[in-house]
Amino acid sequence: MSATAVAPRLHGIRHRRLTVLVVLLGALAVTVVLSITIGSKSVPVSDAWHALTAPTGTENDLVIRSLRVPRTVLGVLAGLALGVSGALMQGHTRNPLADPGLLGVTQGAAFAMVASIILLGVDSLLVYIWFGLAGALVASVAVFALGMVGGRGGPTPVTLALAGTAVSAFLAALTSAVVLLDEQAMDVFRFWQAGSISARGADVVWQVLPFILAGLVLAMINAPGLNALSLGEDVARSLGQNIALTRTIGVAAVTLLSGAAVAACGSLAFVGLIVPHLARPLSGTDHRWLLPYSGLIGAALLLFADVIGRVVAPPGELEVGVVLALIGAPFFVFLVRRRKPVRL
Amino acid sequence: MRLQASGVKLGYGDRLIVDGLDLGIEAGTVTTIIGPNGCGKSTLLRALGRLLKPQGGEVLLDGKRIDKTPTREVAKVLGMLPQAPTAPEGLTVADLVARGRHPHQTWYRQWSSDDEGAVAAALDMTGLADLAERPLDELSGGQRQRAWISMALAQGTDLLLLDEPTTFLDLAHQVEVLELVRHLHQEAGRTVVMVLHDLNLAARYADRLVAMRAGKVISSGTPHEVLTEGLLREVFELDAKVIADPVAGTPLVIPIAPLSARG
Repeated sequence: MSATAVAPRLHGIRHRRLTVLVVLLGALAVTVVLSITIGSKSVPVSDAWHALTAPTGTENDLVIRSLRVPRTVLGVLAGLALGVSGALMQGHTRNPLADPGLLGVTQGAAFAMVASIILLGVDSLLVYIWFGLAGALVASVAVFALGMVGGRGGPTPVTLALAGTAVSAFLAALTSAVVLLDEQAMDVFRFWQAGSISARGADVVWQVLPFILAGLVLAMINAPGLNALSLGEDVARSLGQNIALTRTIGVAAVTLLSGAAVAACGSLAFVGLIVPHLARPLSGTDHRWLLPYSGLIGAALLLFADVIGRVVAPPGELEVGVVLALIGAPFFVFLVRRRKPVRL
Repeated sequence: MRLQASGVKLGYGDRLIVDGLDLGIEAGTVTTIIGPNGCGKSTLLRALGRLLKPQGGEVLLDGKRIDKTPTREVAKVLGMLPQAPTAPEGLTVADLVARGRHPHQTWYRQWSSDDEGAVAAALDMTGLADLAERPLDELSGGQRQRAWISMALAQGTDLLLLDEPTTFLDLAHQVEVLELVRHLHQEAGRTVVMVLHDLNLAARYADRLVAMRAGKVISSGTPHEVLTEGLLREVFELDAKVIADPVAGTPLVIPIAPLSARG
């Protein structure tokens, strides 16, 4: 076959990938509509449209604008963040069972929040979230620094995983000790640990938005380098890739994305574990496609689970973290048994 | 000289494997490094490919210190395939070869018609166009190795370093890969440096042989100059007879016994 005959095939591969991207965007749009209209009080799509474009202060307008929209936007942001950071984490560690929590962000956020309550008497959600975010960032920097000890040219996947496990275990022990001492901290911790996107409001969205946007930009910058790195460090370097820089950008992106999502919505790191496995059969191994696919699937999955949680146990609601675990875990087991997760 | 090592000291940590070695690679030649296991030939190749920083001495690429040149600039001139590289499962041949374009891409400009042309030409030259959409792990060992070489070709460098490109391949596939190397050299004028274990194939496919032992170059020159019975005794501790290859006329080694077997 001549070179001219290969080119249309290469074009075909790109077209297929773009088509999948459009389909995933469509799926996300559908879940967004579901999330805005379905709940303890269901709102017809026409009323929802009315509330978004020309609100007149009706009850539906209030429900939509002050509750459903912030909840939906936060769900989309957190799902994007967790899906993308899960794919980054699995790519960097070459471990199909890695999740963003591996960097210690979940335990870091949890400890900083309960510590702020008991030591500083913080009692507002917006302030906890700042502490959670700071805790996630500090924990992940600590893991990164520990992972570098003894290694040449940046941390390796193995030292990162070991450092992350050690730091997480240490912080979890501290958190347990703190919440046993303080009832108010215990309440906040229990609620946060279940994982939820409800009752957060628009100010939380604005609070985490810059971190998640910055993380998404870093993730996309990281994608080509991660592609090179997935061929092994020697091949990556002979393709002109700076290994230490690629790892550092990757860890920074995971920290910003998962730190912001976890601080705002609690421990939902499970999303980061399963979503890349759903995205990979569609995207193949190219991170320039795997990362956006994982983000879109993560967002759609999180919103979908949240909608299920709203209708499954009326008049109450099930936390999205609980729904995700209930439907996600059996599904993941099924997935693993049917199609073994690929070696990375 | 395309590549020149002068007085290089190479090792990992405190352990020095190569202590003060000189070697020059001329443009447009195929040079093959031979030597017993652990003699430092892969280490030397890694240093020539900038994967290992010398602890002393220097490596010059086109007259410039290779360790002072940005990685990406080196990657536009010099391609290197390590021994037995691994790819993530499910990676297709086309995707692998496309990754060879990495040094020519920036994060805001990911794919150009140059890239596409280079990938198509590399697939074509290695005879893999029909397998472009197949996952790498479904291919035979020889096809897989051709795919990796195809990636290095798409990188568009005229200097290629190959570390044991024929490892784990049966004889037919070894010859297939080496014929490809010869083709690259003869048709496309590429300069190739490789490490090989099979002395007879090394003699047949190389312009120059470099024989190493214990981190030193013992002999270098044409296969006829290097592959002598005396050298085999000195470098491989092997008692052997060298005759002319009835097909190619290059030296053919007939092993007799390791020297240690003689009382």
